[in-house]
Order: sequence, then structure tokens, then C-alpha cells
Amino acid sequence: MSMIDALQLVMPETILSAAVLILMILGAFAGQKSSGLISLLSGIALAGAALFAAIGVPVGTAFNGAFISDAAASYSKIVIYAMSIISLILGNGWLKRLGQRQFEYPLLILLAAIGMGMMVSAGDLISLYIGVELQSLALYVMAAFRRDDPKASEAGLKYFVLGALSSGLLLYGASLIYGFAGSTHFDAIAAAVAAHPGVGVLFGLVFLICGLAFKVSAAPFHMWTPDVYEGAPTPVVAFFTGAPKLAAMVLFTRALYASFPDSADQWRQVLIVIAVISVLVGAFAGLVQSNIKRLLAYSSIANMGYVLIGLCAGNAEGAQAVIIFMTLYMFDVTGFFAALTALSRGGKPMDTIASMAGLSKSNPMMAVALTLLAFSAMGIPPLPGFWGKFYVFKAAIDAGQWAVAIAGLVSSVIAAFYYLRLVKVMWLDETPGPIDPMPMDARLITLGSAIFAFPLVMIALTWIEPFAGYASKAFGLP
Amino acid sequence: MTGLLSLTTYSPLIGVALILLLKITGKGNDTAAKWIAFGTTIVTLALSIGVVANFHAADPGFQMVETHRWFGLLNYRMGVDGISVLFVLLTAFLLPLCIMGGWSAIKDRVSEYLIAFLVLEALVIGVFCALDLVLFYLFFEAQLIPMFLIIGIWGGKNRVYAAFKFFLYTLLGSVLMLAAVLAMIGISGTASIPELMAYRFAPGVQTWLWLAFFASFAVKMPMWPVHTWLPDAHVEAPTAGSVILAGILLKMGGYGFLRFSLPMFPNASEMFAPLVFGLSAVAVVYTSLVAFRQTDIKKLIAYSSVAHMGLVTMGIFSGNAIGVQGAIFQMLSHGVISGALFLIVGVVYDRMHTREIAFYGGLVNRMPWYAAVFMLFTMANVGLPGTSGFVGEILSLTGTYRASTWTALIATSGVILSAVYALPLYRRVVFGEMTNPKLMTITDLDNREIAIFAPLIIGTLILGLQPNLVLDATAASTDHLVAAYQAAIGGAGR
Repeated sequence: MSMIDALQLVMPETILSAAVLILMILGAFAGQKSSGLISLLSGIALAGAALFAAIGVPVGTAFNGAFISDAAASYSKIVIYAMSIISLILGNGWLKRLGQRQFEYPLLILLAAIGMGMMVSAGDLISLYIGVELQSLALYVMAAFRRDDPKASEAGLKYFVLGALSSGLLLYGASLIYGFAGSTHFDAIAAAVAAHPGVGVLFGLVFLICGLAFKVSAAPFHMWTPDVYEGAPTPVVAFFTGAPKLAAMVLFTRALYASFPDSADQWRQVLIVIAVISVLVGAFAGLVQSNIKRLLAYSSIANMGYVLIGLCAGNAEGAQAVIIFMTLYMFDVTGFFAALTALSRGGKPMDTIASMAGLSKSNPMMAVALTLLAFSAMGIPPLPGFWGKFYVFKAAIDAGQWAVAIAGLVSSVIAAFYYLRLVKVMWLDETPGPIDPMPMDARLITLGSAIFAFPLVMIALTWIEPFAGYASKAFGLP
Repeated sequence: MTGLLSLTTYSPLIGVALILLLKITGKGNDTAAKWIAFGTTIVTLALSIGVVANFHAADPGFQMVETHRWFGLLNYRMGVDGISVLFVLLTAFLLPLCIMGGWSAIKDRVSEYLIAFLVLEALVIGVFCALDLVLFYLFFEAQLIPMFLIIGIWGGKNRVYAAFKFFLYTLLGSVLMLAAVLAMIGISGTASIPELMAYRFAPGVQTWLWLAFFASFAVKMPMWPVHTWLPDAHVEAPTAGSVILAGILLKMGGYGFLRFSLPMFPNASEMFAPLVFGLSAVAVVYTSLVAFRQTDIKKLIAYSSVAHMGLVTMGIFSGNAIGVQGAIFQMLSHGVISGALFLIVGVVYDRMHTREIAFYGGLVNRMPWYAAVFMLFTMANVGLPGTSGFVGEILSLTGTYRASTWTALIATSGVILSAVYALPLYRRVVFGEMTNPKLMTITDLDNREIAIFAPLIIGTLILGLQPNLVLDATAASTDHLVAAYQAAIGGAGR
């Protein structure tokens, strides 16, 4: 493959990288007053990259197989870039209100988007690591973006230290796999494992899974999640709870499916343990939370457990379930965090469950939106959360993973309790007073995701379902 | 006539849209919203009468079928047969009465209240019309949302507890059913209910699927011992919430047994029939005794509902045409009678704001009309010949007798026990001297309340005196169902 062809495959990444470099120089010279313009241009760059991913990128591999461009990668990139644009809008408004607009913020989102694009296109352990690190480093900085806020700095530091640990695990696993398989390339690893199955490469695989489980915040590697969610600024959490997890899950799927198709029975055992612990930890630990952001952190742990249950299926149906679940889940959490960004009472953000009291009286529209999102998170049909679970559990049951599916379903009933508590305070408790005027951007994003939750999702699924099915074929397993 | 079922199902949503429009524009008031809601439910009632008029009773299959491709394996498929068509009518019949029942009692967030009811109506009708497994689950499960809000927002003192209990209990049953639904789609490769009825699952698989569906429907029915959410939910729910809960939502459990358990898992149904008989017999006797000891009128009626539902489950799993028809009839009749009884409690609760039996006494002195209506429905609840309660009980007990003599024998005592709790309730509330000074100013039924009770009285008497109106409509489908069931289990069809 010639260089020109290869460049065509990496076009979305090229656009974004060029945009980062140019806008960085622009920002350095023009100073903070240019941050509005830089945000706008970043958004345009993301939209352009998404457009390229949608229509302009052929299927193929570049750079000796290190970079894969296929349906799964393109689908994920479109969703990731779209989510990045939403986060850009949310973050831009937040910084404007904070009075400290900094042009670095949009650039960090762009860098993270490039990293995520690399993750979903990785065909090699090295490009996998580069993608993960590029994304993670940008997110560490964003978590600590409010330098003057001790909690945010703590969150950033915690995220960084634990993230670095997980990167270490990932690298250690990668080096073991390389040592035993003789290659870093996914296809070559698969061939080597098929020829000489051995315990050494499985050892490396387990470390790789642990490192990736860290990135998607699956239990028992979830310790960082609640603290980081609570401490980091809400719009930033809105960003890193959605797109990066999709990217990590797609990477997870590809790494397992492409490099270890013959070891499915082995990695499935590991995944089942992680998945079941995640759903249980997410359900039980969430019960005692009073802070909504912490609650959503545990909710995300549980949700990652559900996704891994789908991945346990180890076939194309499982991969399709993973993609559908993550796509729908992102709308849900983005709506939640946008609402938390928007809502405040008496100048104080309403981030505890108790502070939501009587929202249905103070602002019925937001209360309805949050109620829909909460019921969606519980998995009540016909809301998106239900469809995600539908596909995930269907994949697991079709693959004969009965017990895991039942464990997931029962734990979703336990988790329903804490979302119900949120609904209860909004509708049943007395309001302490009117809420502050809401910023337009965050409000519209919340309402948008609520409208997506009902009724749009039932139409959207007629598109998402076949696309996800098409994308899932790209991972190789039948 | 295609499209009629969908039109009927979604017609309440037109009212929702109008009420929202009213709310957003800020024009109009609560009264206008109430009239819109009432008008909408009347339109739905008219449409559902149209459905029944279009229905051909001689045809045992599904009628007025609509099929549209959705996504994946799923289709949007609606249709009714003799088993479901009358439940659509029952739902549409009770809803206008529910709206009227809460006319003056609900003062807080009136438009939200009406929206919740209209959404609930659409979902319930959807349950009875859905011919796709996933679509059924969608309608079945989505009801949790409006019902949770109805109990939670407009309920009594302990409403939060009751709403949570209702929600979590039902959800736990439903997720197990979801697992079974997914497995059925996976095994058979279709989600279409008619195709699944023709599909033969292996007996071992049937056992598990049956148990999973049983978990959901037994909670919904509710059967002993998973009935404990019902008294709480009833006591705390507003009057109209209780009416819709007892009158319609409980019937979805029985409908589910008839639509899924019996035709799709016949071998498992036969195997577990003794279990169902046992639980039902316990329910009839035990909950009747429990009802006798209640001090709260609503709780008493709630326990009586559990006892009556016991007769329904018996009739269904008797597996013969009389029993199944009796079960359907009993469900329809109980829908009218229990709805009326909860409205009767609502009448005095609206005036006195208490449901303690001991508070009342001697109401006949000031409320003669009320006493007469209460009398009629107490008798109907006990199963007096001439009322609909009698027909349902005699048929389902006859059917049960053919399948299991002992069960029928024990359950028949329930008929006596229902008199044991229902008649003293009537005596203590209505008869005697009026000793409580607070009752001295209580007023008799007003015109609105008479208008609510009139259709219910007519309904229960028509069903009681002309049961063939119902039985003719359900006969063909029931016979078809029972014949297929008996063929599957190799029985002679006693």
C-alpha cells in the first residue's frame, strides 16, 4: 500500500492533528481572547473529521497493519467525534460562565478525540498503547482543569496516578504477549497463539484485560471512578464518561477478537468475573451514595459490567450488542451530566440527591427530562437503557451464558432503587425554592437527550441496529 | 379494518398532547384539562366499541392484524382474538370512570395526573393488542413508570414506601420474564406471538421458560405468597389508581398466563398445574381470612382481590374450556366489581379522609343511595346469582372441579369466606346507629358520583344476567386454545 493510500485512511486523524497544531499556534499568539474562535474552529474540525469518517475513508489497513480502517472504526469515530462536539459546546459555555476561558480546553478535547480515533483503529499493541495514552493524558489534564479548586486537582492527580498504573499493567501485558507471540500485530498474535498455545501469552492477555478494565472502570479496577467523577468539573465528566468508554470498549473487543479468537474460552472466564463483580459493585455501592456524580460513577461501573456481559458472548452478536449499548448509554449519561451542569440553586450546584428536591415544581421540563433519563438507566422500555440491555443480555443468552445474564438482570433491579430515589426526590419532595436561571447550552443538551430517550430512540434504532450489526462483522469472529 | 387497533391504542395520547399544549401555552385551567382527558377516554371507548363491533366471534384466530417491519427481528404487530378483545373494552370502559372518580379529589398537579392516566391507558390497551413478544414486553413494562408516579405523587401518607415496593417487586418479576423472552427469541428465531404459539419448545426448556414467565405474572396477578405489594399499593394509591390497578393491571397477569404460559409451554403448564392449584387454594382461603381481620376498608378489598384472583389462576390452569372461560369471565367481572368497590371507598374517603372501618357506622341514615350501591357491589363481590361475580365463580370452580376435585372443594369455601368478610364490612360501615358526630353532616352521592356508578351497575347486572354476551365472544378462541393445549399434553380433553 502506497503512502498516499495510507494517508487517505488516516484522514480524520490528520485533519484533527493539523487543527490542533494550527490552533495551538493561533492561541499562543492571539491569547485568551481567541478562545471562542478556537472552540468554533475545533468544532468545525471535528465535524469535518466525522464527515470524512462517514464517507471519505476506504476500508483497509495502513502502516503495516498498525492502523485499521473498517466499518467498526468508522462507526465509532463518527459517534466519538459527535460526542466530542457536544462536550465542546458544554465545556465552552461552562468556561465562559466561569470567566476563565482558556483556549487549551478545546485543544485537549481534540487531542483526546485523536487518541480515541487511534484506539478504535488500533491493529497493533503499539498503536493501541499510543491511542490509549494520548487520550488518557488529555483527560488527566481536563480533570484537573480548575487548578484553583483543590477537589479538581485531587481528582486529576488521582486519575493520573491510577491511570498511569493501569497503563503500566497494559504495557506489561503487551510486552509479555510480544515476548511469547513474537509480534505486536493482532493478526500475527492470533496466528502465533493458534500455532503454539501457551500459558505465557495468556498471562500477558490477563494483564492486558486488567489494564483495559481499568480504562473502562470495570470492577475490581474501579476505585478511581467515584472520586474522579465527584472531583472533576461536571462538563469534563460528561466528556470522559461517554466517548472514551466507547473507544475503550471497541478497542477491548478488537484486541480480544482479533488477537485471541482461539482463546475465547480463556478470556471469557476473566471477563465473566469482571462483569459480574462490576454489576454487583455498581448496584450495591450505588445504594448508599448521596452525591449524584458519585452515584453516576457507580452506575457507570454497573453499565460497563453489562457491556462486558455482552462481550462474554464472544461472537459478532456480542460485538453488536457492545456497540449498541455504548451508543445509547452515551446519550443517557451526557444528558445526566448536562443537567447537573445546568442546575443550580442559590448559586450552589445541585449535585446531591437531596438538592434535587421538588424539581418537578421548580422546573417541570428538566424534571421530566431527568425522570426519563433515570427510567432509561433503570432499563425500563421503551427507553434507550432498555434496548442496550436487551441486546447485551440477548447476546449473552444466545451464547449460552445464562447465569451471567440472570446475575446482570437481577442486579439491574437492585440498581433501579437508586435511580428511583432520584425520581422520588424530584417528584415527591417539597421544593426548597426556585432554581437559578439555566445556561441555554446545557439545558438544550439535556432536553435533547431526553427527546432522544423518548420517543426518538425507537426510530433511531432502525438505523443504529443495522449499522452496529455491519460494524460488528469487522471484528472477525462469526 | 386495519389500523383500528393502533388508533385505539394511541388515541389517549392525543389527549396527552392537548393537555401539554394547554399547559405550555398557559391558557386554560385544570377543569379544561379534565374535560379534555374525559373526552379523550370517551373517544377511546367509542373506538374500542368499534373494535368489538368489528370482531368476528366465530373466528378463533387473531383479527384486525397489523404488521410493520421494525428493526432486527422485531415487528410492530397488533391484533386481537377472543381472549384479548374484551379486555380492551374493559380498559376503555373503566378509564372514563377513573378520570371522573378523581375529578374533585385531585387538586395538586392535575394535568400531570391526567397525563399519567392517559399514558397508562394507552399502554394497557397496547398490552392486550400486542402480537409481538418484545412489543408486549414494552407495553407491559412501561406501565411501571406512570403507575409509580400515580402512587408516589398522589398517594396517601405512606406512598413512597408503597410506590417503591410496587416498582421493585414488579421489576424483579419482569426481568426474569425478559430473560425468558430473550431465550425464546434466540431458540425459535422469531418474536411473533402467533408463530411462537405454533412453535414447540423442548419440555426441559419449557420448564425454565414457564417459571420465568410465572415469576412475572404471579407478581402481577398477584398470587400468594408474592401478593404483599398489592395491599400497600392499594391503600396508598389515590382512588382512581386503585381502580385501574385492581380493575385492569391485575388482569394482565391472567392474560399473560392465557397468552403465553398455556399455549406456548403446555407441558410445563401441566407439570406445574398442581403448584398453581395449591397456591391458588391457599390464596383463596388465607387471604379471605386476612381480609376478615382488616381495619382499613381499602386493604380489606385489596385482600379480597387477591382471593378472587386465586379463582382465576385455578380456572386458567384447569386446562378445560369451562375453567378458562370462567377465568376470563371472572377477570372481566372482577374488573367491574373491584373498580366499583374502590370507587365506593373513594366516596366516603373524599368526604371524611379516613378509611378506618371503626370511624364509620350508620351511613344508611344519611346516605341511602350510597348504601344501595354499596349493597349491590358487596353482593356481587360475594357472588350473588344475578350479578357477574356469580357467573365467574361458578364457571371457574366447575372447571377446576374437573381438573382437581380437592382444589375446587377448598376453593369453594372461599365463596363462603367472601361473605364472612364482605357482609360484616357492610354492616359495620352502613348499618347501625350513627354514633360518630363527625358523620352527621355527610352527604349522599352527588350527580357526578351517580353518573360514575350507573355504568358499573349496568355492567355488573348485564354480565350477571346475560353472561352469554361475553362467553360467546370468548368461546371460539378459548376452545381453540384448550384444544391445542390438550393435544400438546396428550390429554383427552375432559
